[in-house]
Parts: sequence; structure tokens; C-alpha cells
Amino acid sequence: MTENGRPRTLFEKVWHAHTVREQSDDTPAVLYIDLHLVHEVTSPQAFSMLRERGLAVRRPDQTIGTMDHSTPTTPRNDLGVIPIADAMAALQLDTFSRNCRDFGIPMYALGDEHQGIVHVIGPEKGLTQPGMTIVCGDSHTSTHGAFGALAFGIGTSEVGHVLATQTLLQNKPRTMAINVDGRLGDGVTAKDIILAIIARIGIGGGTGKVFEYRGEAIRSLSMEGRMTVCNMSIEGGARAGMVAPDDTTFEYMRGRRHAPSGAEWDAALAHWRSLPSDPGATFDQEITLRADELIPMITYGTNPGMGMPIDGAVPAPADEPDVNKKIALDKALDYMDLSPGQQLLGKAIDVVFIGSCTNSRITDLRQAARFMDGRKVADSVRMMVVPGSQQVKMQAESEGLHEIFRAAGAEWREAGCSMCIAMNGDQLRPGQYAVSTSNRNFEGRQGKGGRTFLASPLTAAASAVAGAVADPRVMLAN
Amino acid sequence: MEKLRHISGSIVGLPVNDIDTDQIIPARFLKVTDKAGLGKAAFCDWRYLEDGETPNPDFILNQPDYAGASVLVAGNNFGCGSSREHAPWALLGAGFKAVISTDFADIFRNNALKNGLLPIVVDRDTQQQLFSLAEEAPGTEVSVDVEAQALTLPDGRRVNFPLDGFSKYCLLHGVDQLGYLLALDGDVRAFEASNPQRVKTTV
Ligand code: SF4
Repeated sequence: MTENGRPRTLFEKVWHAHTVREQSDDTPAVLYIDLHLVHEVTSPQAFSMLRERGLAVRRPDQTIGTMDHSTPTTPRNDLGVIPIADAMAALQLDTFSRNCRDFGIPMYALGDEHQGIVHVIGPEKGLTQPGMTIVCGDSHTSTHGAFGALAFGIGTSEVGHVLATQTLLQNKPRTMAINVDGRLGDGVTAKDIILAIIARIGIGGGTGKVFEYRGEAIRSLSMEGRMTVCNMSIEGGARAGMVAPDDTTFEYMRGRRHAPSGAEWDAALAHWRSLPSDPGATFDQEITLRADELIPMITYGTNPGMGMPIDGAVPAPADEPDVNKKIALDKALDYMDLSPGQQLLGKAIDVVFIGSCTNSRITDLRQAARFMDGRKVADSVRMMVVPGSQQVKMQAESEGLHEIFRAAGAEWREAGCSMCIAMNGDQLRPGQYAVSTSNRNFEGRQGKGGRTFLASPLTAAASAVAGAVADPRVMLAN
Repeated sequence: MEKLRHISGSIVGLPVNDIDTDQIIPARFLKVTDKAGLGKAAFCDWRYLEDGETPNPDFILNQPDYAGASVLVAGNNFGCGSSREHAPWALLGAGFKAVISTDFADIFRNNALKNGLLPIVVDRDTQQQLFSLAEEAPGTEVSVDVEAQALTLPDGRRVNFPLDGFSKYCLLHGVDQLGYLLALDGDVRAFEASNPQRVKTTV
């Protein structure tokens, strides 16, 4: 698997295999894109550009659309239709339907049994495969790296480039190995791993880099867990994060709608097995964390790097030597209305959101449901559970998870991005506190004036029951 | 895209680290299907009071001293977060031609360059000097020579900044990058002929 005897990383193999033109002093590399995912929010201006220039979509057969960001998640009406109350959202969704139809792109519309968050449906349909290049006009495209694909978010101009040419101009990123050794303790999850990584390296720590997550703790994760980790690579500043494909990956892939079958499966498998980084391959940077030292994590501030172990205390701006960081922390604590030294455990909350492309897959919902079974959401808390796709929703319902959530007093919604981005009416009110399984705690992200604590589905469920930030390990032990 | 060779304009400072794209333009403004009119949404939740309409007099961009500023000086790691190209569209719509910081998030930088909004990376000291100048002497002007990759401060000091050759060429000549990719059709065909299609979405 080495080239000229030089051991190569997973990233280098995938990059090399997709280079249409090498990078030079004057031009970035030109990369071929195997799969392009499109959604309603970041595509309309790209389709307009195609129309203005009289261009076609070069490979509609390598492009797929879904509606997710601005779709309502309210229950269906008597006709089985999910009503869209917001006129602008309706126009955007309508425009998207027309664009996909006019340009021949297959698309899952609101209400379709395959519709869902773009980063949930790609893997679920077997579209996401090891060794591929995958892009989408969405920064959490890094999610698909869990399969050993090189997957990253692009802007709308670049969406246009890929639609028209199936290629992208890219400067080669540097590599960073993130080793997570040892095993996770009970009540500690993939989400806690990635929140700990970001707290350690900071939200700009991965700028210009591609992460490769390695080590025993990563190998032991389910595909869903690996997706949770890769999903938040962008919160560490990296455009892409990758995990080498292994038997866990292949088991997940087998039999999925777009996965290869028969002789093609065997050929694909041989290719996939050649992808992991060669022994002795070197990275530009390497860090190591110990999984057995991790406990559930939570954020206290207004970016995902402002995170700490759940039993920790909010840091004091006065202790921050860097003046810019001090200002940022001051501003964050002011927005969050928290004081230095304050513990978050026991802090009363108003909303719990379980969902988003980080934590809305079936294993996330199973974890949360198992926890909620026989427990009740505190009276002061509104808990929303939003499955990542219609398929996840159906699976969960076939297992009776929705009954558990409802019996506990939680809302069970239709699939979509929902309160992760608060474009569709699902949002916090000013001043409210939420424990959320999503990926961003920026000011106003979940609704203007809303305050977000990012955490795992287990921590979110425990907090819903307690009515306050809670450590799930305590309740799990009882 | 229009040619971008020189920029000169007054500076305004936002000395906040990690300004994310949700601050540059909140998600509720992303329901548009074109690029026009996003300028008024730039920094919306900082710029307006609770009602979303009354300008917040405390916010720097609303102060008359800084009206017409076209060069934004920002804290470290500007533009982190989502891939929304609405962020540079909104900044351009609000009259900015360049943003100066110590570093930019990758996707934001790409998006900005594709729209003729120049991301200028400077060292910490220059950034701090610009913050002070902006605060103490509103209306301070800087000039930028794209070809020379140089930012000239009011005291005449020239600071060079990095800019990849390809983006620079595109800015100077007002060409967009799609034209370059379209011209490589032959290479793409050759690539497709020698590599298997990995997945088919239309089955
Ligand atoms: S769930 Fe949130 S982060 Fe994920 S794609 Fe939707 S809006 Fe983006």
C-alpha cells in the first residue's frame, strides 16, 4: 500500500486517488468529487448561477438532495402532510424542488420516507462509502469521514463548481492524528470524547488540517459514535475528520440501499481494506487523550471549545493571561449569565433538545430512551426529541422508543435539523437555558438570546429528568 | 466578479476572538434564494436591540464615527462555524471590502475570496495596533495593494500578507474560478474513464 516505499496516511491515499491535477505554485489541486449532497439553504444561488451561464449539472447521478434545514418538525396533519407555516421557508423548499427536478437530481422531499438531515441520510442509504470524496454546502459534512471518506463542507460558489464540473479546487491540508487510547467508562460517550478534544485544542486548533481519529476508544465505537466524533471536527477548526474503515464499518455498510452487492461488494471490500494509514505513516501533528480518564463533558460558554468535565467549575476571566481570550470569556459568561467559579451541576434549565446531525441516530435515541424509561421529564423542562431522518424515526417507532419518550413527557417530532439551527420555528426564547445534543453553542444559535449547554444524549436525558444540569452516571448508578 | 486591485478605506475594530458565522449573519436570514439585501442582516443580533430594528447605540458599527468604514479589523479566528457563504455576502452588503485578523477559518476564507472580500492575515502586534488606532482615531484609513500583497498603515508602515497565487490572479483579473475548472473538462473525462464510479444516486 505504500507508494515508492513511503508509508501513507488514510487521508493521503484518498487525496491522491482523487487528484485530477496536482497542486502547483500557481494553482491549487483539482479534486474529483464522488458524491455531492445538496440541501435547500446553501444551493439556490448556485443553481441560479448555472442557469445564468447556461450550464448543466455534470453528474446528477453522483448528486443527491434532501430537505432538512428549514423544514418544520411539527406533526403531520390529517392528510399526512407536514404543514409549512413560514412563507420564506416554503419558497426556499419550493425553489429547491424545482431546481432538483430541472437539473435531474434525485431528491428526498419533506414528508418522503427517506427524507432527513443530509448527514444522517448519506450513511443510512449506503451512499457514504470508504475512500470516497464527499462534499456538501454544510460544514458538518465532516461527519461522513467516520467511514474513511474525505468529506468536507464547501461554500455556495463551490457548490456551483461541483454541480458544473464534479471537481473542486483545493489546497492540500496538513494532517493531525488524534489518538484516543483506552476504554470509555459507563455513562461516557462519543460526544464526550469530541467535546474533550475540542476543549483541549480549541476551536481554531484544526484550521488547515484534516484529523485522523485513532486508538482503542475510537475502534470500539459504533459507526454512529464515530459519526458523532467526526461530525464535530469542524468545531475544532478542521474541515475534515477521518476514521480508518474496519469490520465495524463494513458490517454497517452491508445491505444498505446504495452499497455495492455481489461481486461488486467483494471488489469494494478489497479496496476499502487497503485504505487505513500504513504502519509508520507520519502526521504533521499528533496528540493523545486517554478515554478512561474522561467523564461526561459540558460546555459553559459561547463556542464549543469552552467545555469542561461536567463536575467542573466555570473558569474565571481574571485567570486568563491572553487579553483577547479574556475578553471572549468575559463576553461569553455575560451572555450565558454565569459567574466565574460557578458549578454547572444543578443549574436549572428550561429546554432539552435531543437531535441534530451530531446525535439524532438510532443509537443516540436508544441510549436516551433507555435512560428515560420509567423516568419523567421535570415539570419545568420542555424536552424535544427530533430524529435525524424519517428512517430513524420509523426504526425508533418500531422499537417503541417514541412511547417511552412520550410517556416521560417529551415531544416526539418529525425529522430535520430543528432546534440545532432554529430556522424552522423550533427555538429557544431569550434567556432560556438548554442542554442540547447539537454541535454549536454560539450566541443565538438555538434562538435569539437562547443559551446552550452542549452535551451527550445521556447527559441531556439526565438533565431533563433532574430539571437541571445533571451527571448521568449518578442516576445510572441508582 | 469585479477586479480588485486596491482598497483604501477607514477601519473599524471588533476586538472579539472567534467571531462565528452565526454572529456575522444569524441563521434565520438564510431562507433567501438570492444574495441581495443581506447587508442589513450583518451582525444583526449585535447591531439591533431586542426588537430587531432599533439600532443598538452601543454597537460600534452603529456609531457615526465609523459610518462608511470598509475595512473590518477583527479578533483571532474570524469566521469560524458554518459554511454559509451568506457571511461574506452580508459583509460585502454592509460595505466591507476587507477583513483583517490574525487568522481565518478555512471555509470562510475560501468563501470570501470567491466573492472579492479580501481576508488579510496580520501578526498580533499589527492587529493590536489597528485596534488601538480604530478606537483612538476613528476614521483612520488604511490602503491595500493586492498585487504587492501589502497593507499600508497610516504611519506609512507596510505589512505584507499571504495570498495564494491563484486567488490573487482571480482577484486581480476579476475572473471566477469556475471558468478555470470548466476548461479542464478533458482532464475530468480522462479521470472518469480510468476510475470506477463509486456510487450512483439515481438507482
Ligand atoms: S443538524 Fe444542525 S449542524 Fe447538522 S446539518 Fe442541520 S443545521 Fe447543520
